[in-house]
Amino acid sequence: MDKNIRAYICTGCGIGEALDIEALSEVVSGEMSTECKTHEALCSAAGRAMIDGDINEGVNTVVIGACSPRVMQDEFNFGDDKISVRANLRENVVWCAGEDADAEYVQEQAADYMRMACTQADKTELPEAFQLESINKRILVMGGGIAGLTAALEAADAGYEVEIVEKSDALGGKAVNWRKQLPTRAPWNDLEEPSIGDLIKQVESHSNIVVKTGTEVARISGEPGEYLATFKASGTKSEWDAPAKVGVDEQDLIDKGEMEDPNAGLQHYMAANEAGEKFGSVVLATGWIPADVSGYEHLGHGKIANVVTNAQFEAMASKGKITRPSDGKPVESVAFIQSPGGEEDDKDFPYCNSVTSLVALKQAMFVREDNPEAKAYVLYQHMRTPGQMELFYKTAQNDDGIFLTKATVTGVEDKGDGSLMVAARNTLLNEDLLLDVDMVVLAAGMVPTTHDEATINLAYRQGPAFLDLELFDGYADSNFICFPYETRRTGVYACGGVRKATTMEETVDDATGAALKAIQCIESVDRGVAVHPRSGDKTYPEFFFQRCTQCKRCTEECPFGALDDDEKGTPKPNYTRCRRCGTCMGACPERIIGFKDYNVDMIGSMIKAIEVPDDDDDKLRILALVCENDAYPALDMAAMRRHKLNNLVRFISVRCLGSVNMVWIKDALSSGMDGVVLLGCKFGDDYQCHFVKGSELADRRMENIGETLGSLGLEPERVAVRQVAITDYDTIPEVINEFVEEIIELGPNPFKGF
Amino acid sequence: MTDERSAPGAGGVLVVGGGISGLTAALEAAEVGQDVFIVERNPYLGGRVAQLNKYFPKLCPPSCGLEINFKRIKNNRRIRVYPMTEVKQVSGSAGSYQVTIETAPRFVNNNCTGCNACVEACPEDRSNTFNFGLDTTKAIYKPHDHAFPMKYVIDADACNKCGKCVEVCKYDAIEMDMAPKSMTLEVSSIVWATGWNPYDFNKLENLKPESSKAIISNMMMERLAAPGGPTGGKILRPGDNKEPESFAFIQCAGSRDENHLEYCSYICCMASLKQITYVREQYPEAKVTVFYIDLRTPGKYENFRDRFKDDGNVHFVKGKVADIVANDDGGVTVIAENAVTGDKVRETVDLAVLATGMEPAAKSAGAVHGLTMDDNGFIISDAGRGMIAAGCAKKAADVVTSAQNSTAAALQAIQASRR
Repeated sequence: MDKNIRAYICTGCGIGEALDIEALSEVVSGEMSTECKTHEALCSAAGRAMIDGDINEGVNTVVIGACSPRVMQDEFNFGDDKISVRANLRENVVWCAGEDADAEYVQEQAADYMRMACTQADKTELPEAFQLESINKRILVMGGGIAGLTAALEAADAGYEVEIVEKSDALGGKAVNWRKQLPTRAPWNDLEEPSIGDLIKQVESHSNIVVKTGTEVARISGEPGEYLATFKASGTKSEWDAPAKVGVDEQDLIDKGEMEDPNAGLQHYMAANEAGEKFGSVVLATGWIPADVSGYEHLGHGKIANVVTNAQFEAMASKGKITRPSDGKPVESVAFIQSPGGEEDDKDFPYCNSVTSLVALKQAMFVREDNPEAKAYVLYQHMRTPGQMELFYKTAQNDDGIFLTKATVTGVEDKGDGSLMVAARNTLLNEDLLLDVDMVVLAAGMVPTTHDEATINLAYRQGPAFLDLELFDGYADSNFICFPYETRRTGVYACGGVRKATTMEETVDDATGAALKAIQCIESVDRGVAVHPRSGDKTYPEFFFQRCTQCKRCTEECPFGALDDDEKGTPKPNYTRCRRCGTCMGACPERIIGFKDYNVDMIGSMIKAIEVPDDDDDKLRILALVCENDAYPALDMAAMRRHKLNNLVRFISVRCLGSVNMVWIKDALSSGMDGVVLLGCKFGDDYQCHFVKGSELADRRMENIGETLGSLGLEPERVAVRQVAITDYDTIPEVINEFVEEIIELGPNPFKGF
Repeated sequence: MTDERSAPGAGGVLVVGGGISGLTAALEAAEVGQDVFIVERNPYLGGRVAQLNKYFPKLCPPSCGLEINFKRIKNNRRIRVYPMTEVKQVSGSAGSYQVTIETAPRFVNNNCTGCNACVEACPEDRSNTFNFGLDTTKAIYKPHDHAFPMKYVIDADACNKCGKCVEVCKYDAIEMDMAPKSMTLEVSSIVWATGWNPYDFNKLENLKPESSKAIISNMMMERLAAPGGPTGGKILRPGDNKEPESFAFIQCAGSRDENHLEYCSYICCMASLKQITYVREQYPEAKVTVFYIDLRTPGKYENFRDRFKDDGNVHFVKGKVADIVANDDGGVTVIAENAVTGDKVRETVDLAVLATGMEPAAKSAGAVHGLTMDDNGFIISDAGRGMIAAGCAKKAADVVTSAQNSTAAALQAIQASRR
């Protein structure tokens, strides 16, 4: 677009009082050669009318020197075909100047923000949405249990075509073996007849749903909007099975014959199977497997016939009256053990969540149903019946034949006649217990299918499985509290037991939500926009491959596995897997990756636009590259609270610290700036980065650049990463001051003026 | 985002409530392509989670996710937001509801730049409801630091109409004569994400919250620990600002109790454990006692409980608290019976935190709008009619569960609009 740029400076909100507006306008009109107007309240109707008038006369790019870009976004949006760039004079300069501010320093700050904004306006372009050549809107649901059936039905009811792939020979999953199900609705106090049969019928008769039983996914290649799935008969091997990830070093060893190729006999991960089926997105609902609890020797599972798991007990109960496995005697007493840890540990069995408490209550009711004289003992450390399920617990409490107590179970012994002796301490009776029972039921957990197998079987360069599973004990869960469907694999949404041990009621909601996300991903791809967290973003990374050296850093570092390799070994972007964080752009040493409105040249030019005095040792210049989602709002809020921010620092907001390219650091230091600090999110296991790895990658890169700086005779301490949360508005001034003090200690950049 | 200045279209989804559940339902539907209206009673979006210091178990600030959600709203022209607005009447039937909404006067219009000059001029104070009355704001005020929309508001009950704010406002943003405004929306379905209120702890007669300032609710504790709270994030005893040396957390304060809330409020066990981490951060030696019936920290939350395993100053006592007695030094004595040993426990502490539960906010109003409610005031979804409950309006739940069922609600709303 041929740009016609005009700048506007607002003098409201204290800006006019704090700054020499005339001088500031001259910087814009003179140095930056951009016509500049001022207004006492740019966001007012009159202010916007002034800008609208100029737009009518041909201005198409406006520079707004006023408040933070986080506010007044609608007011300064002049349409999709206009560019609007903001210089944050209010929060980043005037409101954080402090009462004793030196007017000269403040003026210099403001001038730099106007220079940067004018440069940004010059370098930025209107985004053009990325469009797939053809898009497939069908949804693949992996797993035919409650979660998969629900997701399929809900998506189909919204008008989408769905295919369910179920490994076993029948739909229904675990639920087909239930005698009864836990309450799913008010009044939450009684067991319900299983609804799985009805659910299966609805699915089988739905015109939008195709069901494939006895079938597994060998691999899924491609990207949202055009996934290509290869199926196979359950339990068989296929040349299209998803290949394991092979790193560059491993490939070397394989090539030298020093390592066995894990993918021998398999099709290359980039090979496209002509016989595959196309889909737009995937719901992963492959569920769980009952945990093996035979390792708890004092409880006797696997050794004593009458000690069974909850899953085994349910299967028995669904077939008829419950009898003792050893001799078929109808049971008269059953002990349900919730916690295996004896005196040392009061946790439930692993992989439990609250479901197992509820299942124990349900099964205790089965014992009573079969024989009103029978006794059920539920021995727990903590009864987990959260929320409305408390009302179900109360039903069990009201049954005299169900004996519930906190208890530390120390052992289960076979008495030789088929009956068992359960020993427990620390009970609510204030005495130790010895229970003589016919059977013991252990509350074994629900291990997600992703625990031991890749399951989703993606033919991605980064490997076939979800990443970071170890953070969630193998569950395909999200790290984000507020965004439970976000993982590192765009277009794949997990639900049900594969994500968490859940009740049927929770699973139904979870699966319906996953169906929504699968639909939303498809519709976003269709519109050519990004999904969460930059939802609606029309920009996408563009690559200038002629200069690519195939170093593969972008491919390796992309948190979302968006890049594969093409047949020549050049990175192959899958744009609809991309979340637009710019980590690839930050990683690229050749600087060939960029977005229309956010690229290496643009930010680099903005940095170079900062005026660096080379004759004044007091006027050091520090660059701060700031995460736009957390640290930048924290700076805004610090300013709103009128905290003083160090006026030697210039802030530039970045999409994510992962997008920070090393060359920006070099740009800053070679133009004479004295230090660079990166303000980003907390990293580690409880990372807060919404692009997962951004701040962590930036930290690693800064360690590396430290070595480079050292070789140039510059102190590595001139560059640093600080972890800042959005709520750190009271402490962020000190974080910045401390860094500035360190730079003052080091003295001016020796390259200043060169 | 488009606001009330633009005319609403027909056939959209109405989301009642702009907390995390309403925001989630609205955004997830809008990002599929649906037109969505959000009405929110407060002058800001974010609801209860905006008042939380951190989320469990990650201990991350809720404003981080809210910032993303607000950005999603700003960037999505399918969403219209009506703060300070309540639903007055619902008529029509599935697929076509006419909903009358009423916006209370904010007395501050869209010209507000957030410059704060009005606050400096205002002579009147009001109790800060956002901080549960632990401090005050001026009668004209910014709802809180991270408020969205970032516009000020006048509390009519506190304002003396002196006009000083009008004089200092350079932007003609204050309209003392602003009147309530009604309008009717035509929608195909309604997501009720009306959320919850903390159970009124003054009803807990044996725990006597009125007898001492050393007895606070868990939500007050969130504000005391929050950087934007009344004490700048320093946990101090209300009234005398003492740095507490000992704490009692009293679980199920109202929940799992036939006389109050018969259900479990789901979040309180984890919330208290989370709050112990706030205490630990500021007072490494403080003594903490937790009185509980069951510790409901299932699944991955057990790992969170592990962090107190080796903390010799954190004690868990299984037992319901029978009484709290105010002491002359400003502290209180908590009296309970240990359910396992049978011993009577008397614990004297500087601050007692009642883990008060959640009460559905639509409890009293819901039936008026033709909603089906259960005995406890939670809304029962009727997806077929396009009347859908989400978040804690549906059941007591944590943030993750609320976000899940609100995402589900978005799909049910879309189905209703496509039928």
